[in-house]
Amino acid sequence: MARRTSTHVHLLRMAGLFVVGITAFVGLRWVMVPADFGEFGHYRSGAVLDNMNRPRVFAGQAACVECHTDVAELRAKGRHARVACEACHGALAAHAASPAEVKPVRPDARATCIVCHTASLSKPKSFPQVLPAEHAPEGSCAACHAVHNPKIS
Amino acid sequence: MPGVEGFIYPNELELQWSVLIVLYPFITGLVAGAFILASLERVFNVEAVKPTYRLALLTALAFLLVAPLPLQLHLGHPERSLEMYLTPHTQSAMAMFGFVYLWYLMVVLVLEIWLDYRRDIVLRWRASSGLVKHLYGAMALWSDDISDAALSLDDRIGRALTVIGIPSAFLLHGYVGFIFGSIKANPWWSTPLMPIVFLFSAIVSGIACILLLYFVTCWFRRVAVDMACVDTIAKYLYYAFIVDFSLEMLDLIHRLYEADESFRALDFMVKTRLFTSQIVLQIIVGTLVPLGLLAATQLVALREQTRRVLYVIAGSLTLIGIFAMRWNVVIGGQLFSKSFLGYTSYKMQFATREGLLPAIVLMILPFVILWVLIRLLPPWGHDDRASRTRPRP
Amino acid sequence: MDQDRRTFLGQTGRLLVLTASAGVAWEHVLAGRPEEAPNYRATDHWWAMSIDIETCIGCGNCVRACKTENDVPREPQTFRTWVERYTVDPADLEHPKVESPDGGYGGFHELEVRNPDLKSFFVPKLCNHCAHSPCVQVCPVGATFESQDGVVLVDREYCLGCSYCIQACPYGCRFIDPRTHTVDKCNFCYHRITRGLTTACCETCPTGTRVLADLKDPKDPIHAFLRDHKVQVLKPQMATGSKVFYNGLDGSVR
Repeated sequence: MARRTSTHVHLLRMAGLFVVGITAFVGLRWVMVPADFGEFGHYRSGAVLDNMNRPRVFAGQAACVECHTDVAELRAKGRHARVACEACHGALAAHAASPAEVKPVRPDARATCIVCHTASLSKPKSFPQVLPAEHAPEGSCAACHAVHNPKIS
Repeated sequence: MPGVEGFIYPNELELQWSVLIVLYPFITGLVAGAFILASLERVFNVEAVKPTYRLALLTALAFLLVAPLPLQLHLGHPERSLEMYLTPHTQSAMAMFGFVYLWYLMVVLVLEIWLDYRRDIVLRWRASSGLVKHLYGAMALWSDDISDAALSLDDRIGRALTVIGIPSAFLLHGYVGFIFGSIKANPWWSTPLMPIVFLFSAIVSGIACILLLYFVTCWFRRVAVDMACVDTIAKYLYYAFIVDFSLEMLDLIHRLYEADESFRALDFMVKTRLFTSQIVLQIIVGTLVPLGLLAATQLVALREQTRRVLYVIAGSLTLIGIFAMRWNVVIGGQLFSKSFLGYTSYKMQFATREGLLPAIVLMILPFVILWVLIRLLPPWGHDDRASRTRPRP
Repeated sequence: MDQDRRTFLGQTGRLLVLTASAGVAWEHVLAGRPEEAPNYRATDHWWAMSIDIETCIGCGNCVRACKTENDVPREPQTFRTWVERYTVDPADLEHPKVESPDGGYGGFHELEVRNPDLKSFFVPKLCNHCAHSPCVQVCPVGATFESQDGVVLVDREYCLGCSYCIQACPYGCRFIDPRTHTVDKCNFCYHRITRGLTTACCETCPTGTRVLADLKDPKDPIHAFLRDHKVQVLKPQMATGSKVFYNGLDGSVR
């Protein structure tokens, strides 16, 4: 009987090594897997919060309208009604948060307009577009068009 | 933009998977192929290849130990790679492969090598001294029973392990093929043939590698090459190559015939950016020439000296060809845009984390490890199981 | 999974916070005042986007706004959203000329060849937040996933940077952020939409081409959009369940 056992000893020890390894792995999993992993799916639910809590750089139109109601009303009557404030004025969450400390820079009233309104065969035909060189070779677009309500009737 | 032709999606400028990811299937392929050759002797009793049995196992181990390293160098966060074992996404082939790798390393290779070598380990444990004695003792798990009963048991278990090991080797490298073949977004990769093509090219590369290593080690040891052995290995290499070549031709013919939306873009890529690596290196130099040489040795009676030379040339060209095949799959699959309207180029650098230099080092490293393994556990000599009478199972 | 008392209390607390004062918070959300709407129930939403090719003017506002809002790397150029311009000979739909200079960041110059017989239009692209996303499928560790409100998010703390998801995405919308060595992509400005704002790209789109949509909201204009237009998704043959719906997507679009 003793002889039979001894032929197995090395195999038992090897099996023991495997058991130790697997136990170590299970223990490692228990310790290292983040506590919020698997709550809603195969991911860390903390990642959802991470994505939610990044800083905003654009304020969003509603924030602008809160203070600048006059401009908003003027714009709402014209062709730029659906152009958001920050589409031309740039990202202004900082200004919305501290209006006195952060002053926005007035957009250039030619370069800004040209971005959208330069004529191109690729643009939809119904979109108002001109060749700047022909329409107004130089000068500010604001000379003729009130930027917030631009149509000249 | 430099290196760009036509239109690519703006995020496609840089290749994501570099030469290191080319190395990875090449290395795991050698592992699978070497193991299959070893199993020829152990399971299918092809006695002629006995002299390479242990060498093949040690080679497989040496390469398998190096296999994760190119991946670690590639990862943006290698320190997080344990996550693949802690929270594996069961739908991801890459994640599940981690377990296939672990299974193969621990259960198939390490166990089988240990069981086959145990008698020699114990004998060396008894005969050595100092630090090496402790090392052998640990490897023997401090059991010195090498009675016939114990060895017979080892042999039976080892044989069972080899039987399990063959489908495990298939799984090991078939899985790597599936990692590519299951990506529907990439038509160069997406085909059900991919795991099978990978597997057979792995077998071809593994057999060629062992053939060459056998020649090299015989030369180092200044012993005569066993011609029956190399003739048999070459025969199996020839058969495996025919299957591999047929599969790759099948894939090509299928693409040419169906000519789907991606075909023109891929065809153009092969004829331009991949011409050297695919047409010249993979097909002509790496497949047709070695196949021709091997066919000559199989179909024509040639002198021993001639056969030896042809085997060495064929084996070397085969390895170049299989490496080129991995290159063409991995790099080729990223050179064309998914818009099918343009191409980018691969700018391989030299001394960067994913450059040519680490790739060269990683290809040399397995041979260094193999040298250490051969010193510790010599595959030949009077202790060689091949030269002992084995107790019949 | 083992739950000790602390985890249990934490989870219960989170649940209470999420479900409390939903009614009051929702009013604030509707009014676009994010500071007063900390409560957001993900299961009430199923985010998507509509893009009207027939009104896109290729101004590039969306590309610039996204880069500003989300701190997308400028060097090397990577894009969470970009605009492509197609110039198509109507007799040869299979060979469109496509360009996206800097992703459309600086807008587009006029066509070199002004040929009115050619068809030319702009196609803004972004992550499609697929319902059956192949990128989510291949991630080995769960670092990218679809949230309960239908947004495919990336966990920067967990991503290995293996790039498998980049290979699996048919649309080319993912990239490696060279600063964090993790994957990044459009996340529908999750930090904005969960607080009642719209995405940066939709906010700054001057023509109303890009409009964020909530498929679970019965009052959302997306329902009329889907009903009244011939809509298409990119690469429908991939069956990814893409949730970015295009009106006017030409057959030549890749």
